[in-house]
Amino acid sequence: MSAASTAEPAFVAKTKTGRFTDFVDARVGGSGILREFGRKVFPDHWSFMFGEVALYSFVILLLSGTFLTFFFDPSMAETHYDGSYVPLKGVEMSVAYNSSLDISFDVRGGLFMRQVHHWAALLFVASIAVHMLRVFFTGAFRKPREMNWVVGGVLLILAMAAGFTGYSLPDDLLSGNGLRIIDGVIKSIPIVGTYISFFLFGGEFPGTAIIGRLYMLHILLVPALILLMIVLHLFMVVVHKHTQYPGPGRNDNNVVGYPLGPVYAAKAGGFFFIVFGVLALMAGFFTINPIWNYGPYDPSPVSAGTQPDWYIGFVDGALRLMPGTLGDWQVEQVWFGYVFSFNVLLPALVPAGILFTVMFMYPWIERWITKDDREHHVLDRPRNAPTRTAIGMAGFVWYCVMWAAAGSDLIATHFGVSLNDVTYWLRTLFIIGPIIAFIVTKRVALALQRKDREIALHGRETGRIVRLPHGEFIEVHAPLDEYKRYRLVGFESPEVLPAVPNEHGVVTRKEKRRAFLSRWFFEDRVAPATPAELEAAHGHGHAAVEAPEEAKSLSH
Amino acid sequence: MKALSQKRRHPLAAIALLLMGLLITGGLYAVATTVNEAKASTSTFSANDVEEGGKLFAANCATCHGMGGSGSQDGPSLVGVGAASVDFQVGTGRMPMQMNGPQALEKPVQFNDQQTHQLAAYVASLGAGPAIPEQSLLEGGDAAAGGELFRTNCAMCHNAAAAGGALTRGKFAPALADTSGKHIYEAMVTGPQNMPVFSDSNITPEGKRDIITFLKQIETNGSPGGAELGSLGPVAEGLFVWIAGLGVIIAFTIWLTSRTS
Repeated sequence: MSAASTAEPAFVAKTKTGRFTDFVDARVGGSGILREFGRKVFPDHWSFMFGEVALYSFVILLLSGTFLTFFFDPSMAETHYDGSYVPLKGVEMSVAYNSSLDISFDVRGGLFMRQVHHWAALLFVASIAVHMLRVFFTGAFRKPREMNWVVGGVLLILAMAAGFTGYSLPDDLLSGNGLRIIDGVIKSIPIVGTYISFFLFGGEFPGTAIIGRLYMLHILLVPALILLMIVLHLFMVVVHKHTQYPGPGRNDNNVVGYPLGPVYAAKAGGFFFIVFGVLALMAGFFTINPIWNYGPYDPSPVSAGTQPDWYIGFVDGALRLMPGTLGDWQVEQVWFGYVFSFNVLLPALVPAGILFTVMFMYPWIERWITKDDREHHVLDRPRNAPTRTAIGMAGFVWYCVMWAAAGSDLIATHFGVSLNDVTYWLRTLFIIGPIIAFIVTKRVALALQRKDREIALHGRETGRIVRLPHGEFIEVHAPLDEYKRYRLVGFESPEVLPAVPNEHGVVTRKEKRRAFLSRWFFEDRVAPATPAELEAAHGHGHAAVEAPEEAKSLSH
Repeated sequence: MKALSQKRRHPLAAIALLLMGLLITGGLYAVATTVNEAKASTSTFSANDVEEGGKLFAANCATCHGMGGSGSQDGPSLVGVGAASVDFQVGTGRMPMQMNGPQALEKPVQFNDQQTHQLAAYVASLGAGPAIPEQSLLEGGDAAAGGELFRTNCAMCHNAAAAGGALTRGKFAPALADTSGKHIYEAMVTGPQNMPVFSDSNITPEGKRDIITFLKQIETNGSPGGAELGSLGPVAEGLFVWIAGLGVIIAFTIWLTSRTS
């Protein structure tokens, strides 16, 4: 079997389809790709699917958006409406608004597609947000995934940009009001603001250029960048492999789950249609952005209840919360004969700036504090990283306060309270909300850790009270099975890293700061139960009355 | 022209000029105020209506508005508010007021149509004011023109889809669905609570009719896009996508990743 093996005849498929497949495969190497990808293992957890939801929403956005481009005309030329919506008959409006109305009322299936597109846009950003929260609270951004966290953050910003440029296109009253706010924010930038505004709008707001420009950004540049970032994002997911929740047999050197093919391929393919189906049902039964209500854009009217879509809401809310004076100090200042509108500039840019800066830098901040340079593929349960979870909740609450402020008028009318009071409360919460959230979250996380420790050491309370011969009552605790206990004890619990001198024997100021933060991070800690502790706990006293635990009875 | 300029230093010139100015101002003011005034407020009311209305007023309204509707510390004078004002405030249940608050709230109507009519007759007899509009002013207008007027004049408080909106310190502009055309018209001419008065020189009676036609049209037609989520705009949409949309999808993810064993 030496020379003969090389002369083995080439494989020839029997059927026509087989020969065709073989031809293609010999040239593109499909089976090799399939072999590699098909055997890629993904761990199974519902919280790992939000990124997928975002991806599918994006695909749906591309499909429905393409349909809309067939009929949308981004011109700001003036025309008179002559479509089938009677309450707007003969009203003067832009061609863009006219064509949006035509899509809604005179193009077959147009309103449905518009509503699919808009609902998908809201879901796209929402699923990105939830995905990022999952990644943050489970510590999935740690080495080696810091760069992918940044790419994800860029995707969030791009998604917001795509959403906002799209929101402005129909040229209805609502979208025009939104653009006016953006114009105001741009103009509040000292010195260059007015120039940028005139450059963007091609003259004084609203001009006749902005819809066409936003349209190009919306259908060309922004989606292309999103696509690029998605490719990068998924490429890195493949390179890094997926993270997994802690569990027996799972460590930083393996991935426990199912292979992509056929299980995940089927699940993911089906899930796409589920997401599409849910969006189609929403679009079919629930109105979104009823542009016919708002009427054509006209710079003079502003409707009550004018808000941006939810993902820009926090910026709008910050604008609403900003007071015009701080004590006696006018926030809007006139210096050297020029007006500096800090009352617009500060709320529009500072909170968003802080949120995104901290978000992007967080992996490096934590890495610096913990001096942790190892790769992490096993996730943290949020309770097992109390300070990180508390920081995340503080940021989340801060965001939510601003977000709620964007609906302050609706909170006032629907809960029968004064709009002014809503604003005062939210201003207060803007300052103390994150602090309260931090303290409460950290305490809750530590308490949950203590509870875990207690259960790991002493087992689960069974509710069975036993009277001992000498009269003492005890409650029987059922020990956990090994798999369940592993989850409660098998986690990392970093300790405070004191400041260490550098090679010159000097403790630098930076190192002192790091040590301070390390203490802040880790000084409150509940250590996981050690094997010795477990041994001791099970050895003492009431082992005789411990009932053996059947594995099934704990599932809850 | 020459004669006029020669006499410009005449001792009586200043007086003549002053007189002329006063006459013009006064004349314009008179014209401007009569535009808002009711057309023959009392013509449809009988003397009996006024008398009965006076009794109802003394029993139910005078505590705050004073005997003879002259006003007190607790309520404004009603002289000159007109029949339209009474018909709106009493006819929508806002008056008699249940309690003091940021604004009078709508509640079950306290008086029947005849009593409301009598009260209106009495208050209209106290001084001329806006009258209850005729049926011809309430329907058959141009919805598109009304929509434009509504968006320019009303939407900033009442919302573009007339779903209502917040004002300062607990006050609010109510949603306009289920409000009769007559009451909408009366609200525009009398400006109840915090609402400004839209006089006939501001929005013509035909314009008001157009607005009512627009409101009735969007109310009866409903939303072409499906359930309208309160017509509250992006906040309702955002809540819906987070709670219902994402909620359903999370339910599916849990189902997809649950093990069969």
